[in-house]
Amino acid sequence: MNGGGHSLLDLGTLDRLGQGDSAIHRIDARAKLAVTLAFVLCVVSFDKHAVGDLLPFATFPIVLLAVSGVPVRFVLRRLAIVAPFAVLVGVFNPLLDREVVASVAGIGISGGWLSFVSILVRFALTIGALLILVATTPVPALGRAALRMGAPRVFVTQLLSLYRYLFLLAEESRRTLTAYRLRVPHDRPPSWRAFAAILGQLLLRAVARARRIHEAMLCRGFDGEWRLIATPRMSGRDWLFAVGWLGFFAVLRLVFPAHALGLLLVGG
Amino acid sequence: MHMADALLTPEVGGTMWLVSGAAVAVASRAVRRSADSRQVPLMGVLGAFVFAAQMINVSIPGTGSSGHFAGGLLLAILLGPHPAFLTIASVLVVQALFFADGGLLALGANIFNMGFVACYLVYPLIYRPLAGVEASGFRRRAVTWLAAILALQLGALGVVLETTASGIAELPFTAFLAAMQPIHLAIGIVEGLITVAVVEFVARAEPGLVDPAARQTGRRVLAPLAIAAALISGALSWFASADPDGLEWSIARLTGEAEIAVPENAAHRAAAELQGRAALLPDYAFPGADEAAEPGWSTPNAGTTVSGLVGGTLTLLLAVAIGWALRLRRNRLSAWPR
Repeated sequence: MNGGGHSLLDLGTLDRLGQGDSAIHRIDARAKLAVTLAFVLCVVSFDKHAVGDLLPFATFPIVLLAVSGVPVRFVLRRLAIVAPFAVLVGVFNPLLDREVVASVAGIGISGGWLSFVSILVRFALTIGALLILVATTPVPALGRAALRMGAPRVFVTQLLSLYRYLFLLAEESRRTLTAYRLRVPHDRPPSWRAFAAILGQLLLRAVARARRIHEAMLCRGFDGEWRLIATPRMSGRDWLFAVGWLGFFAVLRLVFPAHALGLLLVGG
Repeated sequence: MHMADALLTPEVGGTMWLVSGAAVAVASRAVRRSADSRQVPLMGVLGAFVFAAQMINVSIPGTGSSGHFAGGLLLAILLGPHPAFLTIASVLVVQALFFADGGLLALGANIFNMGFVACYLVYPLIYRPLAGVEASGFRRRAVTWLAAILALQLGALGVVLETTASGIAELPFTAFLAAMQPIHLAIGIVEGLITVAVVEFVARAEPGLVDPAARQTGRRVLAPLAIAAALISGALSWFASADPDGLEWSIARLTGEAEIAVPENAAHRAAAELQGRAALLPDYAFPGADEAAEPGWSTPNAGTTVSGLVGGTLTLLLAVAIGWALRLRRNRLSAWPR
């Protein structure tokens, strides 16, 4: 009944990981955000049957994982939890596209299997890179980076204040749910009627909290503007990180080293 | 119903980013102009509230399964469309970052499906004109319920359209549609009931909280709608005309010619020239990658596929080895007292 308990735990884990320290954590958030975006764009821009050409891109998440010390098991577990949608939609590819496009040791590989595996690889790469980005960057730094890269200030403010109250309200929601569970004779999720009552309670408390926060903010001179600490300039190391990885992606996207290597080995 | 990066092409994902990004900019300006400093903590806390609500599963009657609460329409009713849209967008950003729901490229699509649809389509066009000014009553309840269902149905339709337009998954449009819509109808019915019940609950406890936007004019809400329509149609026509294998391919099959002869006139030439200059991805591939990428587009060649798989697997192993070595080095370094 507590699907939510797990995600709350993960949220805390990611938050703790993001505040860690490593060579990757110290890289400017803008550099990491830009490189991750470029990575995702490169990976999804391959044609739908690409598998071999995608695999070298795994270098990026693997190196970041290794250097940052983010636990591999955590990333894999998170990937497994969110995989079902992409897998469910992709799993029909082998059934619908049966044209044999390659054969390995006499066994034919259909285009559908190839594109299904491609979807799985894309999924692991894009989501993996995103998880590593968050696990190596504190959220306020990400917000500042987004602001410096052109996101509207109101929106960044909203993101940061949402993040600030997330843990509080999640805790409150858990307490309410515990109170509910202690009072019902069964161990089932609440019916929609009970759920609506719980939600209404939570909502009223949330609004009351927002009012208290607003009064406290006014007492401290709040004028409707959320001020963020200025970001330091990008250092040489940050530039090296950004330019190095972008160059690496460009090489993988334009030169296809996997093909060359494979040709060298199998000659065909 | 989060859209996933793995199912999107850069063209579709980018278009949705453009649309959602523009809507976020418009909504941000509107919220800033309203200059109500109470909104700032309220939006933050209500965003967190949506999360807190999603941590509780609710049982869906008759299916034995459980779902969770999307809350788009509820927020629009409580906050008004602009603040509600920003709040949902921020919830989706945090979901993408922390729960890996969807991904970075899919964020635009997700903000559109779950935020834009509820706040800028269903709320101003269906809910607002039909709900009336009474805070309770049958009509109000029925309209709220139907609007919540409609928001989810349209969102699910968005997922299907984006997936089909990308073409990474082979699932036919009608089959996917037939799977998605009934599932989200079941979820939507429950979501609608909950929305109605929560709105009533809050209206009884604090009538001032419900529908603050009803007292303002709703005309400004149409701005994001118009912008989105222009962007979507513009971007789609741009990609449709730059896309060599979709539309043109079927036309070529039909007519036996590569292209239908275009009546030559000044307007056409000007448009083509403009398009040539504006296209970031001329004919689908990144500039310079044409020779390499083109043959593998939809008809993979046996030889290159196998060699690609072999080479790819090898580089993957190499990358894992490098990662392992780096991790070992890191562990040895951190073993030293500093």
